[in-house]
Amino acid sequence: MSNRQTPAQDRMQPAAASPLLEAKNLTKEYPGVTALDQVNFELRPGEVHVVFGENGAGKSTLISILAGANQPTAGEIFLRGEAQHLHSVHDARENGISAVFQEFSLIPQMTVEENLFLGGEPTRRGFIDKDRIRREARAILDELGFNLNPRQRVDHLTRAEQQMVEIAKAFRSDLSVLILDEPTASLTSHETDHLFELIAQLTKRGVGIVYITHRMAEIRRIGDRITVMRDGRYVDTVDAGSTSEDDLVRLMTGRVVGSIFPELDLGEPGRQVLQVKDLTTVGDTVRAASVEVRAGEIVGMAGLVGSGKSELLQACFGAIQIESGSVQLNGADITGKPPRHSIRAGFLYLPADRRKEGLMMMRSVRENVSLASLDIAPFSNGLWMDRSGEARAVSSLAERLNLSPPRIERAVDHFSGGNQQKAMLARSLTRSYDLIVFDEPTVGVDVGTRASIYEFIVELAKQGTAIVLISSDLPEILHLTSRAYVFYRGRIQAELSAGQLTEENVLAHFFEREAA
Amino acid sequence: MAGKTAIARPSSGAGDIVKRLFVKLGILPFLLVVALVVFTLMSDNFLTPRNLMNVLRQSVYLMIVSMGQMLALLTGGFDLSVGTILALSSVVGAMAMAAFAAAFPDMIGLAIALGCFAGIAAGVSIGVMNGIGVAFFNVSPFMMSLGMASVGFGIALYLTGGVPVYGMPMEFGNIFGFGAFLGIPAPVYVAALLIAALYAFLYRTPQGRYFYAVGGNLKAASLSGINTAGTLFFTYVLCAFFAAVAGMLLTARLDTGEANIGSAMPLESIAACVIAGVSLRGGVGRLENVILGALFIGLVQNGMNLARIESYLQTVVLGALLILAVIADQIRLRYVASLKD
Repeated sequence: MSNRQTPAQDRMQPAAASPLLEAKNLTKEYPGVTALDQVNFELRPGEVHVVFGENGAGKSTLISILAGANQPTAGEIFLRGEAQHLHSVHDARENGISAVFQEFSLIPQMTVEENLFLGGEPTRRGFIDKDRIRREARAILDELGFNLNPRQRVDHLTRAEQQMVEIAKAFRSDLSVLILDEPTASLTSHETDHLFELIAQLTKRGVGIVYITHRMAEIRRIGDRITVMRDGRYVDTVDAGSTSEDDLVRLMTGRVVGSIFPELDLGEPGRQVLQVKDLTTVGDTVRAASVEVRAGEIVGMAGLVGSGKSELLQACFGAIQIESGSVQLNGADITGKPPRHSIRAGFLYLPADRRKEGLMMMRSVRENVSLASLDIAPFSNGLWMDRSGEARAVSSLAERLNLSPPRIERAVDHFSGGNQQKAMLARSLTRSYDLIVFDEPTVGVDVGTRASIYEFIVELAKQGTAIVLISSDLPEILHLTSRAYVFYRGRIQAELSAGQLTEENVLAHFFEREAA
Repeated sequence: MAGKTAIARPSSGAGDIVKRLFVKLGILPFLLVVALVVFTLMSDNFLTPRNLMNVLRQSVYLMIVSMGQMLALLTGGFDLSVGTILALSSVVGAMAMAAFAAAFPDMIGLAIALGCFAGIAAGVSIGVMNGIGVAFFNVSPFMMSLGMASVGFGIALYLTGGVPVYGMPMEFGNIFGFGAFLGIPAPVYVAALLIAALYAFLYRTPQGRYFYAVGGNLKAASLSGINTAGTLFFTYVLCAFFAAVAGMLLTARLDTGEANIGSAMPLESIAACVIAGVSLRGGVGRLENVILGALFIGLVQNGMNLARIESYLQTVVLGALLILAVIADQIRLRYVASLKD
């Protein structure tokens, strides 16, 4: 189990050589659905091979089969030219294929070293050999250059550190293929840099990386080749260096798409809608923040994860307790009022984590969309529900947002990520709101849906709604906001007007100046 | 739900149809069919109108308790104190009624009303405690209701010294215990009334939807402007109310107030709900199925009685059924993931 020396070093081969991992005509059928339809995939040693496609294109199914978590209905997998049947994740790992999925397989209450050797603990006379675990855990972490304490409990680590543990786990055995499923989704840019350094080290040693991402910038930075998938089918494999962004989007969606950001031709901002003065939250996640949002403008909130940009708006909304300061909505004081009150006053906050905080996954789209407005028409007369009015209203919203498939009685859980997001965003249209806060509205959403979400947001702003866009994705802040605040460690570091919104300017405030 | 869309697709054979039915309806219809067939074969008296009316009357108490239990399960918790609530309301109700009847022998109707009110109020007070603990202090429903079960049982025993309470007016038992109108027993009318009221409340008012929302995703419900603490509190109060009503009805049937009734209620009511497809994770379950679930358990108990199965063994069967239902629910989840609709 713990034979992890010189992974694949002696097998280093020039690129373009025989493939390390090859899948031919992979097909996966579920009753009624073909998730994968004769997909071909080839991974060379030492390359970063990006798998690209919209949500529901079959990427997840493909990697779960390559990682041994799922068995194909038809098709073959070759590892270094030999046909392989990967019966389980364990089996795949024995063969040098490890995957880091978005949902980690770590036990939060155990320490880093216990997690590293979980399921393969070295023993001595039937008892766990703790010294050896400690030694080898240290060795793995050192080799990877991870600055982690092996005795720390996993739930005390940041998400990036947990991801390091997950990657380190892959190194317990002889690693030749590493599958990464949107690994940077919750990492800060600094942590992302570190991950990319590690990937570079690995590819030098001949490890092949299968990399799933929605972010164009990452493809540019580390991708060698890109395999594009659409509707469960293989579309094309292209060279990352010589393919333009537009070409990729065209391959992925099957249609020509210009820039994914719509024209931002908003008029002059109107009256003041939200005014926050010197707000400090209980627990100091936000300190002495003052912001102002006007009707018809899109205000960006930029900063690292945990910088307080999301917490500030949650505090205004009433989801986080306020220590001091004041919040005014349309001139009325709403400081410390619960979300119920904010919603009725015309202020909606749409959370970043739709599964954990946004949606009732096992309930229907209809119930999820109408949830925040059941006290008003057309959903009820205040006392009794109007069920047909509800069905009609939600159907027309589903149509307007292009929900696919347009079946509002189906449980939200059974829609793709992009469509789940649409179901949540539809909530903003069930009432007339003066202020809508979108917290990371495009996380885990494919490019096609992303473009329509951007359009949706701009459309709302044009109609005079005040919009706050909280985002860790810099291009979103740059292209979609008329003004932005940059957060650092709970404080507002800068307010940038449209003219000052450049990448350098925003980034400069991400890290600059240690807050007192 | 969307009954129209389900069967439209061409399916491949009988096995597939059974699978789809299973996913759509859960295990209950299959169990009902099996139980009906088995007990009909085992006893000639089983499938007679008279016996079936018997089953209905006997199931009424469990049915009412299960309706409350369903609310607790919907919001992602459960209530282990329903048995105690039953017992406490029975004891307090009987004592109050007896006292009033003795003090004002001329006003029997008033004594019955006041007694029922006192009994139900005593039961609801346990629910209020449960609600405060769960909704405002974040105590897990398991610990809270387990603790309150002990508290309530202790009070009921302390009040009575362990002996049954006598002295209620005859009319109480005659009307609410043994009375019948148009051949249908009185408790059945009470249950029907409660079912209709709860159905309208759950499926025709916003607050009813909020029970599902709180169990479906507490955080999402809160961010959607739902008073989650209030909803949770109300859940346990309402659950206790149903159990207390069942307690008074049972008291009428027994003609005595007893501290020892209802001890099987927590298990049986949870079993009725789970067999009916109410999710232990919260947010999923239909009232009409829970009613059927309670009827099913009554049916099995009645069938086993007719088939002369010993009562100790009946407990074994009931526990096994509960576990079977949970396993079936898990299998169903797996199918749901693969069928998607």
